[in-house]
Amino acid sequence: MAKRFDIQRMPGFKTIAAVTFVLLYMPIFLLVIYSFNAGTSIAIWEGFSWRWYVSAWDNQQVQDATVRSLIIAFWASAISTTLAVLAALATTRTPKFKGQSAVFAMINQPLMVPEIVTAVALLIFFAMIKVATGYTGLLYLIIAHTAFCIPFAYLPIRARLTGMDLALEQAAADLYAPPFRVFTRITLPQLWPGILAGAMLAFVISLDDVVITEFVKSAGQDTLPTYMLGQLRRVVTPEVNAISTVLLGISVTMVVAFTALSKLKT
Amino acid sequence: MAEHSPPANATEKRASRVRWLLLAPALLVLLFAASGPLLITLVYSVLTPGDYGGVIWQPSGDAWFNVILQRDIFDDTLSWSDAHLSIFWRSVKLSLMTTVGCIIFGFPTAYFIATRPKKQRDLWMLLIIIPFWTNILIRTFAVVELIRNEGTINTVLMWSGIIDAPIQMLFTEFSILVGMIYVYLPLMVLPLYASMERLDFSLVEAGYDLYATRMQVLKRIILPLVKPGVIAGSILVFVPSLGAYVTPRVMGGGNQLMIGNLIELQFGQGRNWPLGAALSITLLAIVMVALMAYVRTAGKEGPGHG
Repeated sequence: MAKRFDIQRMPGFKTIAAVTFVLLYMPIFLLVIYSFNAGTSIAIWEGFSWRWYVSAWDNQQVQDATVRSLIIAFWASAISTTLAVLAALATTRTPKFKGQSAVFAMINQPLMVPEIVTAVALLIFFAMIKVATGYTGLLYLIIAHTAFCIPFAYLPIRARLTGMDLALEQAAADLYAPPFRVFTRITLPQLWPGILAGAMLAFVISLDDVVITEFVKSAGQDTLPTYMLGQLRRVVTPEVNAISTVLLGISVTMVVAFTALSKLKT
Repeated sequence: MAEHSPPANATEKRASRVRWLLLAPALLVLLFAASGPLLITLVYSVLTPGDYGGVIWQPSGDAWFNVILQRDIFDDTLSWSDAHLSIFWRSVKLSLMTTVGCIIFGFPTAYFIATRPKKQRDLWMLLIIIPFWTNILIRTFAVVELIRNEGTINTVLMWSGIIDAPIQMLFTEFSILVGMIYVYLPLMVLPLYASMERLDFSLVEAGYDLYATRMQVLKRIILPLVKPGVIAGSILVFVPSLGAYVTPRVMGGGNQLMIGNLIELQFGQGRNWPLGAALSITLLAIVMVALMAYVRTAGKEGPGHG
């Protein structure tokens, strides 16, 4: 008997989808595999070895860049998440207000404006401040990262807040709990998966940033991505693969955890 | 909450004060490190370049003039700036091709995911989302390793005797295109999947009942229904492609510039900050026009498809 007519089938679509998934993952898999190559080539396999992880670990520049990346990502995600919680409360727990669309435009600006434009604008502005104050520390990078992390932290937190049942908050307020108490005892315990999700997203976004960091950093302030960008100009050894694999591992872990967190029921 | 509140007017005032207090820290940071610097960039675009970078505070329209025109250094005649125009053209061309490429691979993929059993869909989407959240530099670099002269593809082809000398793929427009499609594909699949997931297949069934062919069903029923997703995906891919910096820098090797690289050049060797600022504002304006066009079409078509 003939197979049942499948109304969802489109000839060739499955094949293209399969090809897409293979193409999407093959380069990443090869990158990871060759990070364990015993030889210096990134195309000829010479056996398994940890040597490139060891050499990356022993590389002073890589160490410094890693520490710098982590410091920036930590502060940027912590600050941006805190600010995003406040902003999300203001835009979900108070009635519609004048200037709302302007506020949304500002919060989402880092998502709309091309990164290179923001990077150049920050380069110009921070150059003025650097000349005026003489300060060239990490604060510029932390502030720049905080700004573009805000929308990424804001979106999951706001989604969680709008999805929450208001009955509990209202009940607490009806029992004369002051607003701050309502927040700490009722809202916050329900909100934490959103906060954690936002913070992780912000952390990954900050850790992965190349363009804005490249333009804002002062001399000797390489983060891991800008260090790698600089390395790509030279002869590439699997050491770059090793660093990439570690960064990749962090991102994948965070994304999977983020997806799990956003699925938690309120 | 309303029963035991003070009079409405006072409550409103209080709510407004609380709201702006809560918003203030975030808005201040954004003003300092996002919106404010953009305004300063606008100002810089009408100043005179300094000799070693930076600006001299002297108004000048030269930067805007130089975006698309140039004056001959010997006889002062005006002409189109061929170098800039060719870079603009390459940017627009490659961004459009990237968008089309992402549709070619992304549409069937999104359709495939949307027609899986409900429980599997999230897992397939996770496979799309993971590359999206991994470092753009790492993903670009992964493609470089594949297509460079000493890379996997050339090594395999030479080892198997199909070619004698490596095929030059890296540092061409082709490699930038491949890299950008690879990097931005998830941005196409996400909105496409969102609109296909809600596709009502009883309409498709009705089409087949009326003896439509697969091609007719695709063209007359499915495509019109998922059009908002196609438009959203195209904007999401086109906009970052146009402003791409990392992929053309790594893939183009410095000879195949796009707008992003041209802008960077003005702050490096070019030492023409006002021109860089003017180019940035131009790029921003193009992006805003694209986004506004999208919001308009989305607004017009949105309600119809719920």
